[in-house]
Amino acid sequence: MSDLSNQTKAAGEDRHALVRKGLARRHRTEWLFRAAGLTAVILALGFVAILFTTIVSKGLPAFQQAYISANVQFDPELLNLDPAPERQAGQSQADFQAQSFAWQRELAMLNWNALVEASLRDLLPIGFEIDSRQLLSIVETSERHRLREMFVADPSLLGQTVPVEMLASANVDNWLKGTINRELGDAQQQLSAPARQLADEFYENGVIHMGFAWALLTNVDSRSAPASAGLAGAFMGSLYMLLIVIVLAVPIGVASAIYLEEFAPKSRLTDFIEVNINNLAAVPSIVFGLLGAAVFINYFRLPLSAPLAGGLVLTLMTLPTIIIATRAALKGVPQSLRQAALGLGASRSQMVFHHILPVTFPSILTASIIGVAQALGETAPLLLIGMNAFVAQIPTSPMDQATALPVQIFLWNGNENRNFFEARTSAAIMVLLGLMISLNAIAIFLRTYLERKK
Amino acid sequence: MNQVLTSRSALEMSATHSKDALASHQTVRTPDPDAHPSRLRADGVSVFYGDKQALFDVSIDIPEKSVSALIGPSGCGKSTFLRCINRMNDTIEGCKVTGDITLDGQNLYDGNLDVVELRARIGMVFQKPNPFPKSIFENVAYGPKIHGLARNKTDLEEIVVTSLQKAGLFEEVKDRLHSPGTGLSGGQQQRLCIARAMAVGPEVILMDEPCSALDPIATAIIEELIDELRSNYTIVIVTHSMQQAARVSQKTAFFHLGKLIEEGPTEAIFTNPREKRTQDYITGRIG
Repeated sequence: MSDLSNQTKAAGEDRHALVRKGLARRHRTEWLFRAAGLTAVILALGFVAILFTTIVSKGLPAFQQAYISANVQFDPELLNLDPAPERQAGQSQADFQAQSFAWQRELAMLNWNALVEASLRDLLPIGFEIDSRQLLSIVETSERHRLREMFVADPSLLGQTVPVEMLASANVDNWLKGTINRELGDAQQQLSAPARQLADEFYENGVIHMGFAWALLTNVDSRSAPASAGLAGAFMGSLYMLLIVIVLAVPIGVASAIYLEEFAPKSRLTDFIEVNINNLAAVPSIVFGLLGAAVFINYFRLPLSAPLAGGLVLTLMTLPTIIIATRAALKGVPQSLRQAALGLGASRSQMVFHHILPVTFPSILTASIIGVAQALGETAPLLLIGMNAFVAQIPTSPMDQATALPVQIFLWNGNENRNFFEARTSAAIMVLLGLMISLNAIAIFLRTYLERKK
Repeated sequence: MNQVLTSRSALEMSATHSKDALASHQTVRTPDPDAHPSRLRADGVSVFYGDKQALFDVSIDIPEKSVSALIGPSGCGKSTFLRCINRMNDTIEGCKVTGDITLDGQNLYDGNLDVVELRARIGMVFQKPNPFPKSIFENVAYGPKIHGLARNKTDLEEIVVTSLQKAGLFEEVKDRLHSPGTGLSGGQQQRLCIARAMAVGPEVILMDEPCSALDPIATAIIEELIDELRSNYTIVIVTHSMQQAARVSQKTAFFHLGKLIEEGPTEAIFTNPREKRTQDYITGRIG
């Protein structure tokens, strides 16, 4: 007996030695694995940091814009025009409208550039010689339209002199920000020598100053007046599509997931559907664009470039994501909760709506918001349904022509005026990223809030 | 006497279900002259999970207002049988039940029978306490609410309080009825689940190893509760613990490999088993 116990003791010591021998190797493997994991995380964070610094450092200057402070005189001599028509007694509506249009046409034909030029000439340093084309090249071409609109809105301006903050042209903006090489010869510069000199002098004496580029946020895209190009149209287009995706993809996706997970009997058909949904999630997004062009545009005759068509295409694209994520959330609900409800005599739909959904609501919400955010950032399918068109108006309904934020980024990135639009592009990316981050922040906030409440 | 006869007729019926099963399998039955009459009866019940047969031709009468224990080693089919009684097996994909289970002569597997109504009459308590992630009050009130048992709020409150009292939980939770049920201890949670089942007013309560996740003190409390409940409810309990079966039940059925080997008064089964496998199991030789 004691022999036996001695034996086991000895064997035990042997075993301890064996275990000890292997320990160092095991700890080393463990350490290596941790180190590899940590390195991966640091690398990933590093890349994200590089991405963000590049975008922010490139994009921030675009939020600054050169403005020219000028006093514009609405000179009656230059604005040689009858007063705005007023509706006479007994005049028909159509007549009055025709008259108004004629007046506005006449107004548009006036030489508004002369007004701009006159206001700039007032500011010229004494003895500075510059011809009108060169002088006008320092002001953005959109400004003459702005003066006209000011006048249409308030005809009493006639004869008055008002201070106006005019957008300096994109070329002046480049010149002052140094995004164009100042050493280049005249032939390679976008501004003539006197115009460059004037810009510098104006900048020094404060006539030209830097301010926040409101145009970037409040204006629509513009090709003729780059400094006035903005994201408002693309933002509204994206917003309409976002709403369509939320209204369609979320309920349809969640309902399909619930049906497949909680109600559908397991059969070949449901297996087939499941496989196909998973496949759909892996279909390249541009294919959804082709489908949208063929079905929504060609067959259903939805308007080209409209957020409605875009929203439908993005809905199709987002559905699989939402369905898969929702099903994963439903699968995570312990079976015991279902049994508890069913065991009490709850029907299946009561089980789902009273117990399963409240528990999974935070995850479903997160899944939906992430799906929607993904749709918001999608470009490729929109190119195929004409949403890369140049649209110079803010869409007022989902049926209007529009573009979207990511498409706007794509368009600006391809703009010929590289040294101006490079910063604009990064700024647009910042706006889009900001929107995405806020969406995700809402998701995280709601999730933690709802989970704490539970 | 009547009971013996029915058991026998059940056996004869089972012969028509499956002839070869009968040869290897004949339930040994010890009649209990003091047993309450039976309203719940199983006749030749077989269960298949896909191609695999989990239960072979089980026939048993469950006496009302007493506790019947189903014992046997893991995988013997006792839980499967229990789940047949309120058709919880319906929820399992690929599960097929043959044979008859009747409550007051009505076949529970009749196509006309509404399973929702059935589960209101036959409640169930599960192995792991599974309160809803809602307040204690909401947990108990849920059943009466969905079945429309309470006419108004006062009614509902009364049902909740009575159920909690019957489950012996009221004194412990009366100050926090609106805090989450998941915040209770394991034993309290299980009593909450029992209260929840009773709130619907069932005639039968099925318990699937209700104490297996609980410590000995909580187990003792639940056993005491089961003993009290039997004056009002028909209770069927599946248990792994033979001591528990001996302590709480009046009737015991021993399952082995999907077959009902022996059934009879608990005392008879534990003191004088007639089947060798039963004896082996209760003395710890198999299991």
